[in-house]
Amino acid sequence: MGANRPAAAATGRCAAYVHGIGLTRAMAELHADLEPVLQRHGRRPDGLIEVLSCAQERYGYLSPQLLREMAAQLRLPLSRVLGTASFYHLFRFSPPAPHSCLVCTGTACHALGADALLAALSAEALAERGVDLGVVRCIGTCSGAPLVVLDGQVWNHQSADGVLARLRRLRP
Amino acid sequence: MSRHQPCLRVCTAASCRSRGAEALRQGCVASTALFPVQVKGVGCLGPCSEGPLLAVDVGSSSSLFGLSSLATGADEDDDEPTRAIEALTATLRQTIAHGNGDRRGTGTRTRTAALTPLEQAMSRWRPPRAIAIPADDPFLALQQRLVLARCGRIDPGAIADAMAAGAYRQLAGVLQRNDPAAVIRALRASSLRGRGGAGYPTGLKWAAVAAMPGPGKVVVCNADEGDPGAFMDRTVLEGDPHAVLEGMAIAAHAVGAERGYVYVRAEYPLAIERLRRAIAQAEQSGWLGENIGGSDLRFHLELRVGAGAYVCGEETALIHSIEGQRGVPRPRPPYPAEQGVFGRPTLINNVETFATIAALLQLGPEAYGRGTKVFSLAGHVRRSGVLEVPMGTSLRTIVETMGGGAPDGRHIKAVQTGGPSGGCVPASALDTPVDEVSLQRLGTILGSGGLVVLDDTTNMADIAAFFMAFGREESCGKCIPCRAGTVQLELLLRKLLARQGTTADLALLERLCPVVSEASLCGLGQSAPRPLLSSLRHFRADYLALLTTP
Repeated sequence: MGANRPAAAATGRCAAYVHGIGLTRAMAELHADLEPVLQRHGRRPDGLIEVLSCAQERYGYLSPQLLREMAAQLRLPLSRVLGTASFYHLFRFSPPAPHSCLVCTGTACHALGADALLAALSAEALAERGVDLGVVRCIGTCSGAPLVVLDGQVWNHQSADGVLARLRRLRP
Repeated sequence: MSRHQPCLRVCTAASCRSRGAEALRQGCVASTALFPVQVKGVGCLGPCSEGPLLAVDVGSSSSLFGLSSLATGADEDDDEPTRAIEALTATLRQTIAHGNGDRRGTGTRTRTAALTPLEQAMSRWRPPRAIAIPADDPFLALQQRLVLARCGRIDPGAIADAMAAGAYRQLAGVLQRNDPAAVIRALRASSLRGRGGAGYPTGLKWAAVAAMPGPGKVVVCNADEGDPGAFMDRTVLEGDPHAVLEGMAIAAHAVGAERGYVYVRAEYPLAIERLRRAIAQAEQSGWLGENIGGSDLRFHLELRVGAGAYVCGEETALIHSIEGQRGVPRPRPPYPAEQGVFGRPTLINNVETFATIAALLQLGPEAYGRGTKVFSLAGHVRRSGVLEVPMGTSLRTIVETMGGGAPDGRHIKAVQTGGPSGGCVPASALDTPVDEVSLQRLGTILGSGGLVVLDDTTNMADIAAFFMAFGREESCGKCIPCRAGTVQLELLLRKLLARQGTTADLALLERLCPVVSEASLCGLGQSAPRPLLSSLRHFRADYLALLTTP
């Protein structure tokens, strides 16, 4: 989930990697980073989701190169890797914005106005301010409904104005 | 020392944590550092809406305080909670220093029964701006905590604390007696049914897996608590992960499994962290791994983290996900008991079911009786949180007596049970006891235990559309009735909500529901129409009011 994704930390390395600058070095780095999780699962195909999660945690998203590399490492067809990765909501295939704002749309949050909150936030040009706006289906702390998860931190009983004020204080 | 030091228990479960519990705990640690006062981060203490929660134990008595004034959140002034914690810890320091420095003795007692001056001072302490929640408050007094017995008492990160409170004692006993069949007999003699929602008798399931030949069986804990508005399993995992691990190890012994998986959803980072730690500690202490408890039981447990797919709570989809594949369900039979993870006979139970096992074995099937059920209470209710009550307690008791009913000036319209697979119980039927059979009669299900209270401002057609949209989004797309049916049902509902629907649309809606529920492959599609059908049954007026006049 976006809530536990250390987005900003991985962006720098990620950018260099994607633009092909020092690709060999990036690959070597990738191996070093992912070797523990690959080994833990003995490079078996059943470790695929764990490996993808780990890769996304490190690099912020799953780039085409990364997916191809994972397929090679686990000796799986790329179609199988893509098929699995695209099935799950939490995997993303484009670089994340510096900040993430997830509106909880669970039942309790819905009953307490998450729809209006999401609509109000969607009307703002948050992408221009470096914020990924998304939703999360219940994080299980419903006593704080309606809530948002901002860069991994939970904020309870939020209004659109409150969230926007908080977003304005974020560093770009 | 025969007596315990005064102890400050701070709830550090996810809800209180989002309300500043970690800062509160650190503040308490700093202000008690030089004194014989213990500070403990514990799991859920219950009434989350009053959080962060702090329990003060002195001698044999205990006081619970709700410190919602400390909560970070709605208030945009983020320094306010910091100031509130400073004010609280200042009075705490003062109280302790005063009590400890009292000339009648520095922390020693003259008589064993009496409290030390420090203890007296602590028992008189009232945190500023706190709401005292007395032990006879219905939210606490009407609970019967078997599954949650240690939750909120122990430090979930310390296995020694859990063991001192009885964790792994039943596993040790079971291994010593070395009679797997007896464990299954005890479960079959009990009333225990799976707590994940389907309600299949647990003893039967265990017996089926035990009867399968050959080695390499697998035990799986379904911790993919996906129902929005449900957080019982999160509470158990964050508050007492060892209860789940002990239940799984007992299951491994009973059915003859050597491998196990806990499949937990990624949306629960704290539960994942605590499970990882608990598994590592249990391995170190010899309760997982090789030669468990000195016996020849071998049980290796792995944690698998989901990646956001509600359908993975369905057991065959969950199996595929553990195998690293798309979480798509398949037809049953073969049931997981015959062919599960990697084709091996597999026992799958949910978190609460495994956490019940040790308590059940300790009490014995007769004393366990109908057992207990953990519920999470949320929505339009004064006091929300997690509670465990005897099975068969009425909804009115839970929602009105314990939860305090709807907020000021409002009335309860319905209680949603069973999440997207369930339905609603109208206010007129609140006296229904919560058990599988009674709720089924009302057209809903007990489900996993998430109760969302809806007040009279709620339009039930909107709630139905919400759940239908959920089903549409989470449908895996494998079978057409679910993939296309949820889309059509949602379109019809949206049409009604836009006040463009006619009686013909309503009739079509009702005709389509049984098609989707009867023709879908797995539980997701089969139960997707249930919230809609249930609200149509009890709140037809809400739908009729939306129709355009012909």
